[in-house]
Parts: sequence; C-alpha cells; structure tokens
Amino acid sequence: MLILHCPYCGVSAEETEFAPGGEAHIKRFGPGASDEEFRDYLFARENPKGVHFERWRHAYGCGKWFHAARCTVTLEVFGTYPAQTTEPPQAIRDAISAKRPGWSWREFE
Amino acid sequence: MSEPISALNGARFDGIARIAEAGLTGMITLRGDLASKPVKAAVAAVTGAKPPGQGQISFGKTGAAGWMSPDELMLFCPYAAAPALLAKAEAALGRAHALAVDVSDARAVFRVDGAAAREVMGKLFPIDFAPGAFEPGRLRRSRMGQIAAAVWMEQDGGFGVICFRSVAGYAFALLKEAATPGSAVGVY
Repeated sequence: MLILHCPYCGVSAEETEFAPGGEAHIKRFGPGASDEEFRDYLFARENPKGVHFERWRHAYGCGKWFHAARCTVTLEVFGTYPAQTTEPPQAIRDAISAKRPGWSWREFE
Repeated sequence: MSEPISALNGARFDGIARIAEAGLTGMITLRGDLASKPVKAAVAAVTGAKPPGQGQISFGKTGAAGWMSPDELMLFCPYAAAPALLAKAEAALGRAHALAVDVSDARAVFRVDGAAAREVMGKLFPIDFAPGAFEPGRLRRSRMGQIAAAVWMEQDGGFGVICFRSVAGYAFALLKEAATPGSAVGVY
C-alpha cells in the first residue's frame, strides 16, 4: 500500500483515499505536430522498473490533482508536488538521486 | 408548505458511543481565494469565526467554518438562518470571484460523543485518531467505509461527521455497527 502526502491538504493518507491518474508530464506537441508525435502523446507510455512519475487525485479529500514520484519495485514514494508544473522540481530530483543514483525517466535525470 | 426534515429525522443510537443525527443544520459552501478580504468577510458574516487554517475548523458565535480544500470552506449555521446568512455572505463577497451556495438540504450531519468516540471513528476512517494526532479544531475530509465524508473534532471532544444526504442511511448503519455494545477494542 502507498502512503501519499497531499501537497494541498498537507496530510499523509493511504492509497484508498486517492485515485490514480496515470503517467505524469505527458507532453502534447503542436500546433503542426507530426503523426508520430501525436501517436506518442496518445499511446506511448513508460513502463519502468524503478523510478516513475504519476498523477494522483485526492478523490476523497480536497479533490485536487498532484504529482507523485515513486519506485515501482519497492513502492517507495520519493515525494509529491503540485500539478502546476511541467517537470519534476529540483527538490524531488535530489531526493530520488539520493536513493537511486543514476536514475533517469524520459528526458529527466 | 411541508415542514423541512433532515435525512434521518434525528435518529439516535446508544452503544459504546452515542450516535445522533444532528437534525437540520444550515450549511453554506464558499469557494474562492481564502486569503482575500471579501471571503474572510463572508466567513465572519455567516459564522462570526476566523477563516480556518489548512485542515482546521474554527468556531464562532453563530456557527463554524471548516476547511475543505485550498479554495473551499464549509460554513455551518442555524438551519432557519441559512438563507438570510447566505444573503449576508453574498453582500460581503460583492464582485469578488467567489461562490456561496446554500447546501443545507444536500448533506447529513452526525454527532458522535462518548468515551469511545475516538475508537468508533478509528474503525471507520483511514485516519489516525490518537490523542495528540487528532485534536479539537481538526477537520479531515476522507472516506467512511465506502463513502466520502468529512470528520472534525468539537471543542468538547465529540466528533462531527458530514456526508451526502443520499448516503445518510449507510453512514448511520456504519456508525451504529462501529458503536455496537461490547465492541470496544481499547486502542485509544
């Protein structure tokens, strides 16, 4: 079971209070995107063994969306941060680097 | 004109804790920038309370204000006064980008009192209700069994619970079951 910290409520709650929203930081290209770029935006998803970035919603709480960085192997949560960002903040990256040196995920590392 | 009645018309149950449906309660939901002056003025106009901090409920002369999300408050007031207080709140909000709506009849309110109240709550919510972790003035939105509910602690140590009116029967059944005589575990 995951224990996630909602950055809006300031509480750490267990997984059943949240609703998963799939992968985070999906980028839509355009205008004038190629068919390949649009296909990847729709369908291409990471399936990593290790560090992963996800969207979650505090469905039974404040109802807000946020991002979470976690490990898919150990279910360790490295940190959560507000959804109003296009890439993981430096503090989250540092927290991951401290525990998983040399990690990378899409274009982030 | 028919008389307004609450979801369970004041149903009660006595077990290891006293469960009571609180009856008609005025509720006004207020959305907007909680740090802005008009919203603070609206909170004061309805409840006489200060705007609550994150995860808190503040109590005033005529009601209470509960923090529901970074841009939403639930204001509690006497049922009969709700329409008049809503008008006051709207006057206070003026042209600010904010919304106030009377939702008194959309929700059910429960009171849970007694020595084992913390334990009854602990059986139903995925929340730590240990003394020190959950104290008077704290409010959490979470789930009770399978439904969304918010729980807060009153100054007297009792708990308040609100949920949607349509699931009031389920909520009361849950609370009754958790307060069954002889079911005390003695965790808290």
